[in-house]
Amino acid sequence: MTAAPAAGTPSGHAVRTAGADLRDALHAEWTKLRTQASTYWLLLAVAALTISVSAATTAAFSCQPGLCALAQTGADPAKISLTGIDIGQAVVAVLAVLAVGGEYSTGMIRLTLAAMPRRLTVLSAKAAVVTGCVLAASAVAILGSLLAGRLILPGHGLSAANGYQVLSLSNGPDLRAAVGSVLYLALIALLAVGITMAVRDSAVAIGLVLASLYLFPIVSSVIPDQVLARHLEQVAPMSAGLDIQVTTGVQSLPLSPWQGLGVLALWAAGALLLGAAVLSWRDA
Amino acid sequence: MTTITPYRSELGPGRDGFAQLLHAEWTKFRTVRGWIIGVIIAVLVAAGLGLLAATTVQSSCQQISRSGQSAARSGAACMPSFATGPGGEPVDDSFYFVRQPLTGDGSITIRVTSMTGLLYAEQGPQDSHPGLVQWAKAGVIIKENLNQGSAYAAMMVSGDHGVRMQWNYTGDTAGLSGAVGPADPRWLRLTRSGDVITGYDSADGTNWTRVGTVTLSGLPATVQAGLFTTSPDQVVLHGASASTWPSQATAVFDHVTLSRAGAWTGQYLGAGDASGIGGFHQVGDRFTVTGSGDIAPIWAGHGGSLDAALTVTDYLIGTFAGLIAIAVVATMFITGEYRRRLIRTTLAASPRRGRFLAAKAIVIGAVAFVAGLIGAAAAVLIGGKITRDRGYLEFPVHWPTELRVIIGTGVLVAVAAVLILAVGAIVRRSAATVAIAIVAIVVPYFLSAVGVVPLGVADWLLRITPAAGFALQQAYPPYAQVDGLYAARNGYYPLAPWAGLAVLAAWAAVALAVAVYLLRRRDA
Repeated sequence: MTAAPAAGTPSGHAVRTAGADLRDALHAEWTKLRTQASTYWLLLAVAALTISVSAATTAAFSCQPGLCALAQTGADPAKISLTGIDIGQAVVAVLAVLAVGGEYSTGMIRLTLAAMPRRLTVLSAKAAVVTGCVLAASAVAILGSLLAGRLILPGHGLSAANGYQVLSLSNGPDLRAAVGSVLYLALIALLAVGITMAVRDSAVAIGLVLASLYLFPIVSSVIPDQVLARHLEQVAPMSAGLDIQVTTGVQSLPLSPWQGLGVLALWAAGALLLGAAVLSWRDA
Repeated sequence: MTTITPYRSELGPGRDGFAQLLHAEWTKFRTVRGWIIGVIIAVLVAAGLGLLAATTVQSSCQQISRSGQSAARSGAACMPSFATGPGGEPVDDSFYFVRQPLTGDGSITIRVTSMTGLLYAEQGPQDSHPGLVQWAKAGVIIKENLNQGSAYAAMMVSGDHGVRMQWNYTGDTAGLSGAVGPADPRWLRLTRSGDVITGYDSADGTNWTRVGTVTLSGLPATVQAGLFTTSPDQVVLHGASASTWPSQATAVFDHVTLSRAGAWTGQYLGAGDASGIGGFHQVGDRFTVTGSGDIAPIWAGHGGSLDAALTVTDYLIGTFAGLIAIAVVATMFITGEYRRRLIRTTLAASPRRGRFLAAKAIVIGAVAFVAGLIGAAAAVLIGGKITRDRGYLEFPVHWPTELRVIIGTGVLVAVAAVLILAVGAIVRRSAATVAIAIVAIVVPYFLSAVGVVPLGVADWLLRITPAAGFALQQAYPPYAQVDGLYAARNGYYPLAPWAGLAVLAAWAAVALAVAVYLLRRRDA
């Protein structure tokens, strides 16, 4: 009693390429992600929280009259306008952790790996789908934040009259801050995917991801040794990664903006490697 | 022929008392190795980050003196010496003093006709512009002796806050309001009677109002009495940070009357390098006195004049990191029940669901309290010892405050853990629970403490979010009469410690109530 699989003739297998495997995996991962209601809520939250915190921060910005000139405040309109990313990244991390951790907490991972035994393909597909969703939500979040900053900040002293440039994507540094911030959130998602693959528990993973983000900036703001603090800012994923948002006083940064984003990319790559190693070598 | 005795269990009948429930929950907790490791990690990071601050105290610094000289210093030279007031708090006691001894009871009366000032900018005195800081002070003072930090009482006009009576650095009472000027002079008087000093003010020199009466216990028979002018650093806030620049003030006095008048001596009183500014000249009854500095307590933390001194806040910086670990453990303590379906066994054995959650809350609360307590105690006590052994400066704190901060940290972590447990019982999913906990408790603290958001936003975050509980860690009182950067990064919170705890506890209570309600309503 043999049932001929629809697309499963031996010759059919032979012509299937790794590319087709990846396409199927992507399709499967996309189906899993889009059929979860929480995905939409979280993507909405990324945009809403980022924009609202950014707008609130810009609206609360003030400088004492007469002391508003660029040389006196050192204020950075782009960075102030993008403050909401500090909280938006937490939602991105939750989204990414749930996408992976959900498989482990429900036992779905066994089914997934039975259907798609090439584990690295699964990991790549999952990372790609999550990153794609995050990129889309982040673009909305970042553009909305910058628009809020562009409308609000000139009324709070950061006007052209005081020596500030009006935020605009046609300025090189502002464009770099915007594009870089979207990439930053995508890298946070990849970092979270990697860490969750490695620890395989949602609670521990989200704790680790958020600790690795928020721990360093608080510590480096407090330790009295300025040299050590600067080194910490160079290696910390959040401090270094957010250098990409800086448009004034770039020379005094511990790292150049793109180097900073590179540090975060190294963290994400390291986490993904670790996740891939654990996924490949351990039973699920 | 054998008789078969029916089997009788040697165990007594089962009981479902609360003590048994508590014991069951404790057994569940202590037998999961990962959770115990999580708690140990919480203690280690909480203590370790604080000790990091103590062991990495900077050994070089750049200081700009009041006279504008900038000097690179290192090691112990970076540690400014500081005076302490009669209450034990660090104080600034620097001002220009035109004085003479006053023996026995007596009084001193003056009229102030003007107060003007200069605000320094980046380059020092040569780069200054006219202006008066809000707490520039000029008036009369009776001071125990010329030692730094000695007892005093003073009547003064201030830059923006009208006439004040101040004493022993922390005392402050308002008198007449409005600015002083040639058309609007202020008469000030201090009288001494034994240890009691009374301050009066008047707009015309005939109708006097008593502003305050203070007792300076142990005042010697002969004290120093006279005129003073001083002007604290200007604190310029931008966004979440601040810079401070020196300032100076000049006041004109006349109608100076002192019982038993003798010759006047002018001298700059104060520590360190403030000697560049100040002086007086007398033309008949008219005195013009210029001074810079402050007679006031010093605020703690970054940007203050005791910037280099480590504070209790620095030692406790690890609390939030420990809290993240505790959040993960507290979450798994409840969501693990759902994930492993243990909840069905639990509720079968103990059908009263509210009591089940209460037992869990007590267990996780107690564990978190002990973890927070040990972490904070280790950080504050060992951190303090390391700092002192290395010869660095600590911002002094009274031991009852230190004790309150240590126990308060335990309470903060405990109540936060109960809140997280309740959230876990509501949402039942690990990642969502940990994320909610961190976004609600840790992120507001982060945004405020790192100075990401402006002070106004930070204050509101620390009033309404569960992060208000961090107020339990405030070790130093803010002073209304001292301009400073009273921000979370310096250990100052917008709510009083117990008010902050009340906000956090209210969140926990509401979450717990919702959790009990849902636990009863829903199938497990």
